[in-house]
Amino acid sequence: MKKEFQVKGKIYELNEDGYLANPEQWDESFAVEIAKELGINELTEKHMMVINYMREYYKQNGVVPTLRKVSKESGVGMKDLYSLFPDGPIKKAAKISGLPKPQSCV
Amino acid sequence: MDPIKKVSTIISKGSLTDVYPGLILANGARMEGIEANLFFTFFGLEAILEKRMDKLKVPTVANPAMHIPSIIGILPGMSAFATMMMKKEMKKLDIPPVREFIEMIHDAGAEIYACKATVEMFHLTKEDFCEQVDGILTVGEFYEKSAGAQIIFT
Repeated sequence: MKKEFQVKGKIYELNEDGYLANPEQWDESFAVEIAKELGINELTEKHMMVINYMREYYKQNGVVPTLRKVSKESGVGMKDLYSLFPDGPIKKAAKISGLPKPQSCV
Repeated sequence: MDPIKKVSTIISKGSLTDVYPGLILANGARMEGIEANLFFTFFGLEAILEKRMDKLKVPTVANPAMHIPSIIGILPGMSAFATMMMKKEMKKLDIPPVREFIEMIHDAGAEIYACKATVEMFHLTKEDFCEQVDGILTVGEFYEKSAGAQIIFT
């Protein structure tokens, strides 16, 4: 079932898995609020490095990068990714970045 | 249904094609936020032995699914060729080489153990293993570490 997510009166449509239905709709206030929903109370500079890298990668390639790629190219390493986005780093980061559900096994 | 909270994956064989499924399962568990442990036993130890882990091969005999008759598979270079082809395909999927995969899984918070009986049988010591190995365990300790976990044997 589709869900709606509201931030300051603006409505964002989420798909049934909780990912932003239209990545174009993404903005920083969405990121901040959806992160809170996912248990991340503050988006730090490091979080933003990951989010910006993932959005840029998606824009260029049309797919969500693998976690391995993020760890090598975003400037944030694997250990940090697991502590910044606990309990499922690539899925959480994709949700906060307003991207579709990651499709890779690694 | 309750989601899976913890998995213990056992890797008991040592060819490249035997090792990868366990590594992918353990890493995938961590990616889902599932607690994961990895146990290496018997020939599976090859994947965490400093001198062996970069040299694992794809076997080309006694495997009908390879579609190579065993009599051809025994020829020199066949295994090296199959190994090269498989590594090329895995690279396309962004699946790392064994050494890097082990580092990645360890950085992801999974614990990595070697089986004590096998370590003794092969006359190995802790120094023979890559630095990510957290310890050498008896089967009893393995079960203790696996409390509350689903056990996956590969």
